[in-house]
Amino acid sequence: MSDAVALAPRAARLNLGGWWVAPPLAVLALLFLYPLILIGRAALIDDSGALNLAAAWGVLNSRAFLNALINTAEIALASTIGCVILGLTLGLILAFAPFPGAGLVAQVIDTFIALPTFLVTLAFTFLYGSAGILNGALTSGLGLDHPPVDFLYSAWGVILAEVTVYTPFVLRPLLAAFSLVDRSQIEVASLLGARPLRIVRQVILPAALPAIVAGGSLCLLLTVNEFGIVLFIGAKGVITLPLLIYSKAIQESDYQGACAIAIVNVALSLALFSLYRAAARRLGG
Amino acid sequence: MTVSAALRGAEVSAAANAAAGSEVAFDKVSVAYRGSVVLKPLTMSVAAGEILAMIGPSGSGKTTALRAVAGFVRPAAGRILIGGTDVTNLPPYERGLAMVVQNYALFPHMRVSENVAFGLNARGAARDLIAQRVEDSLRIVGMSKFASRFPRELSGGQQQRVAIARALAVRPRVLLLDEPLSALDAQIRRSMVEEIARLHADLPDLTILYVTHDQSEALTLADRIAILKDGELSAIGAAGELYRRPPNRFAAEFLGRANLLPVVVERVAQQSGFVEARLGETRVVASGADHPAGAERLLCVRPQNLTLTCEAERSNRIEAVLREIHWQGELTHLVAEIGESILRVVATRLPNPPARGDKLEFFFSPSDANLIVEDGSV
Ligand SMILES: Nc1ncnc2c1ncn2[C@@H]1O[C@H](COP(=O)(O)OP(=O)(O)OP(=O)(O)O)[C@@H](O)[C@H]1O
Ligand SMILES: [Mg+2]
Repeated sequence: MSDAVALAPRAARLNLGGWWVAPPLAVLALLFLYPLILIGRAALIDDSGALNLAAAWGVLNSRAFLNALINTAEIALASTIGCVILGLTLGLILAFAPFPGAGLVAQVIDTFIALPTFLVTLAFTFLYGSAGILNGALTSGLGLDHPPVDFLYSAWGVILAEVTVYTPFVLRPLLAAFSLVDRSQIEVASLLGARPLRIVRQVILPAALPAIVAGGSLCLLLTVNEFGIVLFIGAKGVITLPLLIYSKAIQESDYQGACAIAIVNVALSLALFSLYRAAARRLGG
Repeated sequence: MTVSAALRGAEVSAAANAAAGSEVAFDKVSVAYRGSVVLKPLTMSVAAGEILAMIGPSGSGKTTALRAVAGFVRPAAGRILIGGTDVTNLPPYERGLAMVVQNYALFPHMRVSENVAFGLNARGAARDLIAQRVEDSLRIVGMSKFASRFPRELSGGQQQRVAIARALAVRPRVLLLDEPLSALDAQIRRSMVEEIARLHADLPDLTILYVTHDQSEALTLADRIAILKDGELSAIGAAGELYRRPPNRFAAEFLGRANLLPVVVERVAQQSGFVEARLGETRVVASGADHPAGAERLLCVRPQNLTLTCEAERSNRIEAVLREIHWQGELTHLVAEIGESILRVVATRLPNPPARGDKLEFFFSPSDANLIVEDGSV
């Protein structure tokens, strides 16, 4: 009786012979791979339908592309560093120096993951925009004729918004890692003479390193591809790769250029994604 | 150079510690977690260089008392003094102590030598001194060969040795041990107990607070034993004395097995330090003082102190009916009935084993029996 039960699943597998994976794989390919191939193909073919590597190369050699690449890298890096610093600070406080209501705060921060990214940007406009609350208070309070706070319409505005939106993506794995740190290690360390900063540096951070790398690389991945926030802030001269692709494709109808840039963007994303996977694997194992 | 000489060599904290003294005093220390009191006002002191074992059932507050000394919990009231100085408001890192816990708590990403060096680094010791101390400490616990391993590459017993080396490396005034051996199997545990005893012989100034569940560990290691019950000190005293003359039922039963038979005090015996009491119809003499005539007390006799043959003229004699007899190799366990009570006897030699239902005479010396109170704390 028990033999039959034990054998049943194996028999079922043998009968299907592995072919069951074919249909889902086909759907996956259709959904994900095919568009990528189309984009790759479009990047190499001009409006007339002929192979035109020179045009693609020209786009990738242009000042606009280079600027966008640099902007993207700078903003993504700065935002990620901001997210990691803020996430670490918040995480350390929430996990190791909790105050009444800390759990609620962690949950509220967590909920930010669920919100659309541009919502925060919209709120920022109300707060720090030229007609926002802060500037309104300052102009009437100090009797100025120009709104004094204008950082929002610059790369700094984008970075601030991205840090706000993406910090939970760092915080969440960090809190998970912190909760696994053995409290008696911390206590033993402090009795041996280590002050809190040394304990953070030598006991807590090494244990949380995989989580920091995982959260940071996820953050980097998301900020490299961020579109909504950059578009919403609409700062002059702050053009990132996704924004450049959008303006090439939609505004200039230059599909080949858009696709060529998209290929670079995809390659960048995949590289960051493998970094994230590697870190996540270390975190899991 | 002997190990102890090496330990007393030139060092950062030892001189300061010696000056500061290493006796620990609890002065009406109470601890509460979210309003519920888990340690009732505790007053006791541990002399410099003494090993005090704290035992008691699970949840009795042993760890809590230790954590209060370490500074991990703030007492709700009372003071903790180390070397005569009030440390109640000092953070753990300024107390000059070290601790070894049940799960070792080694730093997993540091090698053995780095683990041992951790405290010295934290205390800002010079590099040469650190190297010297790490070497000495690892040698003391016999782990020199493993200096460059990671904790996960060691067995439980080896990890615990490293944890002890890490604690000793900072030359603490007081070493706090919270069930350090309970994760190890019985055989290793016994040899580790011997090693800790040897270690203390080499470090005679080190005060040790040793929390354990295991009464034999406590009896082997400790100069004195404190028994906690429900967050309260139930008994404290020199290990042997506490075993021979427990002050109350809880202490008697927690430190080994005891027969506790209800008696009524008759009068103080002619010989000082002894009293006469009535056990049913039988008159017995037991050690004890300050028991008023007519008081109800418990007669406490350890099972191995009861014999089937009269060995001295003054021995007490009681009659009991044998209910069970279990032969266990070297020892024979007898269970007999005396009135309403059960009498347990452990015999080493029994030339003519009695049979169930036999009416037997048991003997015990007055100095092996004492009168105790049912309940009471110190
Ligand atoms: N952090 C805490 N919060 C609330 N209650 C606690 C906390 N730590 C301990 N207690 C309670 O305090 C009491 C004493 O705990 P303690 O750890 O001192 O017992 P123990 O004697 O060490 O027990 P064991 O032998 O099981 O280790 C227990 O009832 C326990 O539930
Ligand atoms: Mg405990």
